[in-house]
Amino acid sequence: MTNIFNYIDRPSPIHRLTGATKLVCLLLWSFAAMATYDTRLLVSLALLSLVLFRVSRIGIRDVSFMLGFTAVFMVLNNLLVFVFSPQHGVELYGSSHVLLRLGGRWIITKEQLFYHLNLVLKYLATIPIVLLFVCTTNPSEFAASLNRIGVKYTIAYSVALALRYIPDIQREYHEISQAQQARGIEMSKKESLVKRLKSASAILIPLILSSMDRIEVISNAMELRGFGKNKKRSWYMARRFTKWDILAMLGSALLLAAAILLNIKNGGRFWNPFI
Amino acid sequence: MKKSPVRTIVAIGIGAALFFVLGRFVAIPSPVPNTNISLQYGLLAFMAAIYGPIAGCLIGLIGHALIDFSYGWGIWWSWVIASACFGFLIGLVAKRVNLADGEFGKKDILRFNLFQLVSHVIAWGLIAPVLDIVIYAEPANKVFVQGLVGGIANIVTTAIVGTLLCVAYAAAKPKKGSLKEEK
Repeated sequence: MTNIFNYIDRPSPIHRLTGATKLVCLLLWSFAAMATYDTRLLVSLALLSLVLFRVSRIGIRDVSFMLGFTAVFMVLNNLLVFVFSPQHGVELYGSSHVLLRLGGRWIITKEQLFYHLNLVLKYLATIPIVLLFVCTTNPSEFAASLNRIGVKYTIAYSVALALRYIPDIQREYHEISQAQQARGIEMSKKESLVKRLKSASAILIPLILSSMDRIEVISNAMELRGFGKNKKRSWYMARRFTKWDILAMLGSALLLAAAILLNIKNGGRFWNPFI
Repeated sequence: MKKSPVRTIVAIGIGAALFFVLGRFVAIPSPVPNTNISLQYGLLAFMAAIYGPIAGCLIGLIGHALIDFSYGWGIWWSWVIASACFGFLIGLVAKRVNLADGEFGKKDILRFNLFQLVSHVIAWGLIAPVLDIVIYAEPANKVFVQGLVGGIANIVTTAIVGTLLCVAYAAAKPKKGSLKEEK
């Protein structure tokens, strides 16, 4: 319950990088993977992220729970794309090599399969990196890193507050929910949908009204300590950059540059092997 | 009520934490298998109506990004941004609805729901699908249907949960001018 973000503390070079570095790398990396549909680059990103995973000493077992969610999401998304737009690949790549006719407009073409391959690769190129970030970055350091990369400290502090109060609110929700259930509210499938939403509100209202009081208490305490008076603020969890941090950020920047260059060279976001 | 900047910061933090808990752990099974009804947009509309557009925008942004991180599928940027936009748009109502003064009558309910409808339509019918197409190059009809389904579900939950929250909050606040000087 306390470790919802699955931070795993292990001695590894990736853990030793500062949170700010990892955040910058995550952003650059995900922009690179977002920008390109070049299969060659996506494959290299996916392979590289697996190597990094190895370096971080995080095992597959540590993240299997999160991988499960992602796998379901990925399969569903691919199915939906095919059901809704079986000719999307043909439109994108401008040619049509029919492999199998399923009836109606659902014709499997090489182009469509290639598009799906790219879609899957896009997941494979980003998800390991996100998991790596989540597993190797201490949540407490996360807010400090946000401030480090230029987010205003007041907003970074909001994130810190959110992370700090998630377990509290979760516990409170649980308590209220059990109290209300003892009084007879029903939230399972036996009730109609509108009834279920209404009974959810019977839990939410006390939860949120008490959270409003919490906001008052916390903001009064912060104001009494002079929060927001100065332009800058120091962080307990902040760390200095080392040469590895600089190298990691440069490496990620190069990946993004590669993605942009390939887009220019391919004359678009897609690498077309069919011509 | 004068709002201090510190209060807004705290409201963003607590709001994002609530958004996270509702979105991640409070799942009401819906008739469609494997689909849960998300209550967090009702909360987001309510918080934005009290603390304004900036708070709404950041609660949506931080809360949704944290949910995506905890599931591990990275940041689904297009939908995170749509959440943030919804929070921002609905926050613009704050000027019209005087929740802090303990007033939330029939007219306000109507106005609140009209605004949430329009904001949801813009966020899920326009921003999310267009970003899906621009960022992920997904087929247009698929993302628009997805946005439509999600949008309708969010409109219904916001209408029920958001309105109930606003009514309950207004009832808990003393009405403006409810105290009279004794003579």
